[in-house]
Amino acid sequence: MVGLIDLVQTLTTPHPLDRYLELVSPALTARELRAEITHVSRAVPGSVTLTLRASRQWRGHSAGQYVQIGVSINGVRHTRCYSPIDPESRGDRFLQLTVKAHPGGLVSNYLHDHAEPGMVVDLAPAAGVFALPERRPDRVLLVSGGSGITPVLSMLRTLDAEGFTGEVTFLHYARQPEMVPHRAELTAIANRRPNFRVEYRYPVEPGTVIDGETSTGSGFFDYDELERVAPWFADAQTFVCGPPPLMRAVQTIFEAEGLADRVHSEEFTLTTVPADPAEATGTITFSSSDVAADNTGASLLEQAESAGLTPEYGCRMGICFSCTATKVSGCTRNLRTGELDADPDKQIQICVNTAVGDVDIAL
Amino acid sequence: MTILTEGKDGPVILTPEQVEELGQALDDLRARVEADLGERDRDYIYKIIKTQRGFEIAGRGLMYLGFLPPFWLAGVAALGVSKILDNMEIGHNVMHGQYDWMRERGINSREFDWDTVCPADQWKHSHNYMHHTYTNVHDMDRDIGYGILRIDEGQKWNPYYLGNPIYAFLLMVLFEWGVMVHDLEADNIIKGKRKWSDLKPLLKGQGKKASKQVLKDYVVFPALTGPLFLHTLAGNAAANLVRNLWTFSIIFCGHFPAGVQTFTKEETEVETRGEWYVRQMLGSANIKGSKLFHIMSGNLSHQIEHHLFPDIPANRYPEMAPEVKALAEKYGLPYNTGRFSKQIGSVWAKIFLLALPDRLVKRTPTPGVIVVRNRKATEVGV
Repeated sequence: MVGLIDLVQTLTTPHPLDRYLELVSPALTARELRAEITHVSRAVPGSVTLTLRASRQWRGHSAGQYVQIGVSINGVRHTRCYSPIDPESRGDRFLQLTVKAHPGGLVSNYLHDHAEPGMVVDLAPAAGVFALPERRPDRVLLVSGGSGITPVLSMLRTLDAEGFTGEVTFLHYARQPEMVPHRAELTAIANRRPNFRVEYRYPVEPGTVIDGETSTGSGFFDYDELERVAPWFADAQTFVCGPPPLMRAVQTIFEAEGLADRVHSEEFTLTTVPADPAEATGTITFSSSDVAADNTGASLLEQAESAGLTPEYGCRMGICFSCTATKVSGCTRNLRTGELDADPDKQIQICVNTAVGDVDIAL
Repeated sequence: MTILTEGKDGPVILTPEQVEELGQALDDLRARVEADLGERDRDYIYKIIKTQRGFEIAGRGLMYLGFLPPFWLAGVAALGVSKILDNMEIGHNVMHGQYDWMRERGINSREFDWDTVCPADQWKHSHNYMHHTYTNVHDMDRDIGYGILRIDEGQKWNPYYLGNPIYAFLLMVLFEWGVMVHDLEADNIIKGKRKWSDLKPLLKGQGKKASKQVLKDYVVFPALTGPLFLHTLAGNAAANLVRNLWTFSIIFCGHFPAGVQTFTKEETEVETRGEWYVRQMLGSANIKGSKLFHIMSGNLSHQIEHHLFPDIPANRYPEMAPEVKALAEKYGLPYNTGRFSKQIGSVWAKIFLLALPDRLVKRTPTPGVIVVRNRKATEVGV
């Protein structure tokens, strides 16, 4: 097949075959991975569950891994990471994603509002080390909060599908019961398998007024809770995904118990909040060269050169695009327009952009 | 720096404040268009790409009937149009980064390569960087005569230039090959300014790209038509020739018609953004024409707008042109434009005239720009 594609590409050169095929149908690609949305469910308020059928290049995912989904919004392609929620190695090309519409989240809101069967999205192969080990542990503790449920849900469903005989506890934090996606299925699993325990918590935020009284906050993760739901936690492998305070709480307790190597967590960072552009703070990481330097506020090109790098450049005034590089993460400011940009994985001209806080550039 | 332009009513003086003001107005125009980029521009470029691919497939298909002259001609025309669209409205503009904001795979300045023998990365260096940054600056912008022609009075005459029209004709016919070897700077090798060893990586890239193109157009597609091998070979060569003639003509109208001005290194050493804008306006020329003409010329018929805003999607140039023209009028700057016949005629006249030594040519005074630097006036572009 690969040989055949190469042969056809001697005819389409210099353009890859996919640049022709996608014009016939967006999901028809020879090399690139794409997926077509086949089913959309908006059963849970504020989130949408998509069933996707990937193109034949799809190699499946391990429970807990994430994929990248790319959609075009007002002409611009935006890419975000989501964890499939279905059990791993189903041997077919379907995958399921639950996307929570975050306030201000461009892609999540777009998918929540506009996703419909037939829509084609870009897909990247599953990646990430946050995954169930090949050799399943005897005991598994899964902790999640909010939309962090997705990777651990895949783990739970995988263990269920495999008829896992060890002990499993799934502890999920949400604002209210109706905000928990796939609640019926979770309950069904718990009822079917006596060795699976599913627990929900709806903590009260500090400052919430209940019956005229201001709460100091309650129901959050602590040691007692851990003892209650998984007294065997010291022998288990623990997987955590959720908002930073939850991850910190779990990690702190496990570290105190000397069990830091038994807890695995998935970073769940939201888009960096742009800092005051007048202040040059943070560290610039040139990740491809494994070099880091304190941000001086000069252009990223100049700072890269000061750090001993020799990136390609041309006009040094934002015209020629010779210096364009990928900003992996962080917020940058365009020196010409003053515009701030906090989108991850974006191509920027390093000669006319500077860092605002921590920035990672693939140089 | 003060810039004076000689108009019909005598010199027009632009104070540094006015240059600044003009620069600000152009920056504002740019910002307005940039903020408005979106679905419409994406749809536009995809529509052009679809059209181009349609012509390409039609052209390749028609070659199977190449033994019938009308079909052969139609095939050449379709393939010629395909290559022109691919090279100009798509290739040139995408490789300028005009559509990088879409963050689309394939349609961006880093990945896109065009249907010519010139490798994309080499062209991007000589064109996007050298030509667009140092537009019309002698000894910096190698597009002034491409190292082989005398196209500006500022280039000193020598007997080699007696062949000017012949070189130009050959460059026109072999244009894609000329564009390919442009980055080698062969003239600088002869002058000893460049070492042969500098060429190695460039030649390697050119060999790789050109062999793929040659294999496609002159071996594989002809072979696929079996007994019509030679018909198809001739058809593909003719399509490449059509593209060469057209792109040469459009591109030569961009900076070489009468009235376009050139500059020296010293004059442009320290430039503000406003001064850079003024140089771009003085150094470029537009071509008037229909919407179809603009598309087929890759909107290089809006060369002035393209040089002011090289990375703004070209489909926006027609909308920006009236504002640019109004600004030029406001500040008394020339806005060089004319029908295709006028501009290309003026280019060929220049090619013939400049073949001769200056003393044999009656010089027609063209309005020059006077750049005052350190309160000393030097006249350029005449």
